[in-house]
Amino acid sequence: MNLTLNNDNVPWVALVGNPNSGKTAIFNLLTGMNQKVSNYPGITVEKKLGTGQFNDGTVYHLLDFPGTYSLTPESFDERIVAEQVLQWIHGKNPPAVIVSVVDATNLSRNLYLTTQLLDLGIPIVIALNMMDLVDHTEKIDASSLKKWLGAVAVVPMSALKKSGLNKIKDQVRASIFTQTVNNDIFPLEVTKPLETILMPITSLLFTKLGYTPRFAAAQALRLITRKSTLELYNRAIQEEQKIDSKTLNELEDLRTVAIKEIEKEKLKPSSLEAMLRYKWLDENLAQDRSDQTNKIRKIHASEKIDQILTHRWLGPGIFIGLLYFIFQSIFNFASIPMDWIEAGVNWLGKGAVTLVPESYFRDLLIDGIIAGFGAILIFLPQIVILMFFLTLLEDSGYMARVAFMLDRGMSKIGLHGRSVLPLMSGYACAIPGIMSTRTIDNWKERLITMLILPLMSCSARLPVYALMIGAFIPPITVGYIFGLQGLMMVVMYFIGTVTALILAKLFSLWIKSEGKSSFVMEMPPYRLPILRSVLRQVFIRAKLFLFNAGKIIMAISIILWFLASFPMTDNRGEQTTIHNSFAGKIGHTIEPAIQPLGFDWKVGIALITSFAAREVLVSTMATIYNVENTGDDMVQLSDAMKNDVNPSTGLPVFTPLVAVSLMVFYVYAAQCMATFAIIRRETNTWKWPLFMIVYMNVLAYLVSFLVYQGGLWLGFS
Amino acid sequence: MTVGDLQQGDTAVVKLFLGDLDTQSRFLEMGILPGVELRLVKIAPLGGTIELKVRNYYVSIRQQDALNIVIEN
Repeated sequence: MNLTLNNDNVPWVALVGNPNSGKTAIFNLLTGMNQKVSNYPGITVEKKLGTGQFNDGTVYHLLDFPGTYSLTPESFDERIVAEQVLQWIHGKNPPAVIVSVVDATNLSRNLYLTTQLLDLGIPIVIALNMMDLVDHTEKIDASSLKKWLGAVAVVPMSALKKSGLNKIKDQVRASIFTQTVNNDIFPLEVTKPLETILMPITSLLFTKLGYTPRFAAAQALRLITRKSTLELYNRAIQEEQKIDSKTLNELEDLRTVAIKEIEKEKLKPSSLEAMLRYKWLDENLAQDRSDQTNKIRKIHASEKIDQILTHRWLGPGIFIGLLYFIFQSIFNFASIPMDWIEAGVNWLGKGAVTLVPESYFRDLLIDGIIAGFGAILIFLPQIVILMFFLTLLEDSGYMARVAFMLDRGMSKIGLHGRSVLPLMSGYACAIPGIMSTRTIDNWKERLITMLILPLMSCSARLPVYALMIGAFIPPITVGYIFGLQGLMMVVMYFIGTVTALILAKLFSLWIKSEGKSSFVMEMPPYRLPILRSVLRQVFIRAKLFLFNAGKIIMAISIILWFLASFPMTDNRGEQTTIHNSFAGKIGHTIEPAIQPLGFDWKVGIALITSFAAREVLVSTMATIYNVENTGDDMVQLSDAMKNDVNPSTGLPVFTPLVAVSLMVFYVYAAQCMATFAIIRRETNTWKWPLFMIVYMNVLAYLVSFLVYQGGLWLGFS
Repeated sequence: MTVGDLQQGDTAVVKLFLGDLDTQSRFLEMGILPGVELRLVKIAPLGGTIELKVRNYYVSIRQQDALNIVIEN
């Protein structure tokens, strides 16, 4: 059997465990790719592969699986693990060894998953993590655990103290290719009526699919417990693994019969596996009632911290304070590196002017490639700062508390406590926000979070707001203390957020639910975040942004440069301006449609170029006005816009009302194509991104129309 | 009585589950099942969710789901 991943003759090892078991920390220590120590349940959503070295110098691949409590596919993450495991059983790329990471302070719950893995017949090395945190009154006997569980090895260790890792490596090395596992006996006590009822399913799995007796028995039990296990086989059929649809139908019929018989015995089919497995575990761990009583009465240090952090009054107050601090930091700290980036991009452009002879290529280089590059880089400081703070909150365990405190409000509008974090990320950039919705188990809640997320005013709108407000909103004070300019900025953020929340409610009434929403969330102990792993995580997400969004922004920048620069001469042989370029023609073509919103053809061009990224409006406007004022000194953009007069009416093109209408349009419009590319990736269909593009643009048009026409009617200009 | 009726600091033993399967199976696989003792640690500041300690860990669940966990008297 092939036990390698890429046919490179390097054996591969699977790392599986509960959320918060320290699995990712162990992954980082073993592979040296110090990525992330997570505290927020289920944050390990990427398929993370690393390469490690045994103590004898040979190498192995290590695959980090999402944290899961069982092999029953409930959430998005768990489905990944359950699907993989079924593939292994069907002979597709099984790992040489599974390292099952177990939190020693929570043995019974963690071993639940381990015992499910032990049914597979793949050698299991148990990493008994967090041994340093086990209460000294409790005695954990590793050798007796190994014996009654039937694992290859049980290694006490601590990822925090970096102890026990060499022993794990040695045990894994020793079991690769040499260890065979006897997989005949299913250890759980399945007594008479039940055993007989399950027998037809067990023997079908044994004869037709060639499962081992132990795995056949375990899988029969799991099939009875959850229908989702049966649904996993649909995928297996598509991938032509061992099973065909005839066998699946047979299996489904047997299941239906068995469930009826179990119910006749006054047993609950849905709780069978958990009841039997925990009974077996608790008996072997000698966990009796008095032991439980002691444990639940003990007050952990985190509970004491929570007396303040989730306190009835202090809790929400501290959360709001933290939010304020984070957003203040984003705007304060990011402006400095953003200035550097701007200066750097300008310097590059100037350098290109002197180094490269005048040509189409130079224009492409400066106005297409370097400008596109700048458009991507300019957001990086804000994204990095926001990600840094969010990762700190996540890794410390605080995010779970936020979800705990805010779930009520969120669930009322069809979202989940865990929607708070992605929505907050949306204020910096929708892309990392959308990526972090994977922590929401329920598909409907996750989808709605993604659908409304781009309405949170991201940092790309900031330059648009800043330009429009700076140029057209007078710096006067209203209500004694509020500057009108600042107030206008707040209004833009506010209407985006409020609309998002209202739409969430509407979408939740409209979108059909797949499975009921559930909120069963472990509250991990508070941990001091490890700076290195926080920085690593920030780096990974920044890289994802640069590559995913960057590719698209760059491509669109080049296309837009082409549209704005060609045809080079018009039909009368005159030098082209943006006015008679392709972009200008498109702008003129759509002008009648956007006139009711107060926009002329120049804004029309900017609306198109904003498909690359919203802040491209600013550079497009600069290009338009520079192109039309060739030869002379650069006119300040905002002055140019203020002085621009419509030649046919003699009225100014831009007025405060047009500025407000334009800002409102940017609050709602679907513009950043990278966002929709990411949503395509996350939803695996074009249906949802297309739906978003339609609903957002319709909304943008309608609201801008109301603002502009309403404003005119009220006598504003 | 259900877990939803508990006051802060109360302990109780789970007797059986009512209601839907999805949330229930999550409880079960996390070791919250009949015969297991738990303590109500806290009700969320705005309500809606509660925090429990069970086995040796803390978990938060929705109030509406708590009403489906019947406890022994």
